[in-house]
Amino acid sequence: MATLELSVSEDVIVASVQRTRRLGPLFWTATGWMIFVFAVAILAPVLPLPSPTDMDMLERRAPVSALHWLGTDGLGRDELSRLVYGARISLTVGLFAPVIGITIGGALGLLAGYFRGRFETLVVGSMDTLLAFPPLILALAVTAYLGQSIFNLTCILGVLGIPAFMRVARASTLTLARREFVIAAQALGASHARILLRELLPNVALPLVAFFLLGVAVTIVVEGALSFLGLGVPPPISSWGSMIGEGRESLEIAPQLAFIPAIAMFLTVLSFNLVGDTLRALTDPRQGAL
Amino acid sequence: MFAFIARRLLYLLPVLIAVSLLTFLIASLLPGDLAYVILGDQATPEKVEALRQDMGLDQPVWWRYLGWLGHVLQGDFGRSFRTGQTVLQAVAERLPVSFELMLLAEIAALAIGIPLAIACAVKSGTAFDRFMTGSAFGMLSVPTFLSAILLIYLFAVQLHWLPATGYVPFSEDPIGNLRCFVLPALTLALGEWPVLMRVLRSDMIATLQEDFIAMARAKGLKPSRILLVHALKPSSLTLVTVTGINIGRLIGGTVIVEQIFALPGIGRLLVGAITTRDLIILQGVVLVVAFGYVLMNFIVDMLYAVLDPRIRHGHA
Repeated sequence: MATLELSVSEDVIVASVQRTRRLGPLFWTATGWMIFVFAVAILAPVLPLPSPTDMDMLERRAPVSALHWLGTDGLGRDELSRLVYGARISLTVGLFAPVIGITIGGALGLLAGYFRGRFETLVVGSMDTLLAFPPLILALAVTAYLGQSIFNLTCILGVLGIPAFMRVARASTLTLARREFVIAAQALGASHARILLRELLPNVALPLVAFFLLGVAVTIVVEGALSFLGLGVPPPISSWGSMIGEGRESLEIAPQLAFIPAIAMFLTVLSFNLVGDTLRALTDPRQGAL
Repeated sequence: MFAFIARRLLYLLPVLIAVSLLTFLIASLLPGDLAYVILGDQATPEKVEALRQDMGLDQPVWWRYLGWLGHVLQGDFGRSFRTGQTVLQAVAERLPVSFELMLLAEIAALAIGIPLAIACAVKSGTAFDRFMTGSAFGMLSVPTFLSAILLIYLFAVQLHWLPATGYVPFSEDPIGNLRCFVLPALTLALGEWPVLMRVLRSDMIATLQEDFIAMARAKGLKPSRILLVHALKPSSLTLVTVTGINIGRLIGGTVIVEQIFALPGIGRLLVGAITTRDLIILQGVVLVVAFGYVLMNFIVDMLYAVLDPRIRHGHA
């Protein structure tokens, strides 16, 4: 369903066209934060952090101290360390799920937009069916059957992302396939595979990558929501979502336990949205789309 | 128009069939045999086998699907093996709560979004406009469950103005009922207003540059009258559609919000069915919600066609 694409041109041109192609300080701050979070998440085992699972029952909900930089949680576990290890989970799911989406969805969209015909009808039809389910509910239902694990969660969220990536890839392929350089390649006798990989793919890749970043933001949020409900990653592991969920229990006595991971998640999602949206606008040929 | 509706309805049929098939397959192909779930861990293989035969689980999948579909078409979605309640009863009991939540959320989102959009359109390009557009973008990055705990912390924990969780039926205590819905509806509205504001703002800026607005100004009409009477109506076509689409999107949001605020709606029924592994209820609820979602999208498509004749005639 929802076959009608709403081309919501977000902002009517306010700034002059010349000014629009420069990336502001906000863009670089967001990029910096993304790199920082990634670096910390990857380097977590090397960093001088206490174990995220060691409990210290005497130090429950301890305030900020030299030993525990962000205090401890309800079981006396180091909050900073849990935050860093939580980032690993949130980012793993947040990155790999859209990778599934961009690979399968991108390939389907490219093929559907290039070959058209029955194949396109079939692909678009089946994607519409997938879109007919409210995504969160489908994710909940499938995790309930498959069982909760990081791998399952990544796969489900990845599959749910396929239709959106398919649409983006198909839309750009449809316009590109009629351009002169593709016709020229066809006239030169290039094979379908060559046209798809050498002519179309590099051009379709740009909007797809921009969309990928937005996809990461959405996935981090959905994973967070599932884990927050206790239906995401299984208990001993903690992602930002499950930390916020646990922190909610002690909102009255120790609100920081919910708010620290919440801030981390918000900043990360905002950064991905900001960078993704800027790149999307840059790759959008419409004037003043930025 | 009728030909258009008929064509769209015809298109709806395969989607609905596919939705029902997918719902059924999720429930039957994935690991976790229903018979084991019902009998528990102590089940002997003989007992499981007997129950499987009794429930028809030994039949081929396509046969079971047709049988199930036949029951569904007669309005029999099955019965929970835990509570004995039929799926339809359970859904009918919970649906009004979810509807009330979605309705109040959408009203709140419009109440925040429309005035801000008008203000931004009037002052477009100023610091106020840039600040509000920026905030709207930032709000889009706040997940529902984050705004939920923020609101609970502010209004329930710190100020003690509103209950954090709980539910009172409207028939028993109308005021108390509405008080229960304030925070949940506001939570959903916080995620919705940026979308509505952005859409209306850009349409409104375009409308304000039209000749008839200049004409109205030249006639000396009051600015408030120009904005609310002359400019708002032609600018709100996209807003209407987006509002409709959002109601569909809200169905997912209500699951989280109902869970956080302990409202007995469809979402809680679903999460409850998942945690107790009540597969019949789960299957039924997913099917009902997906059907509702498809129908909602269909209505939005129709509404869009009513508003924009180009789509009706296939030119879009």
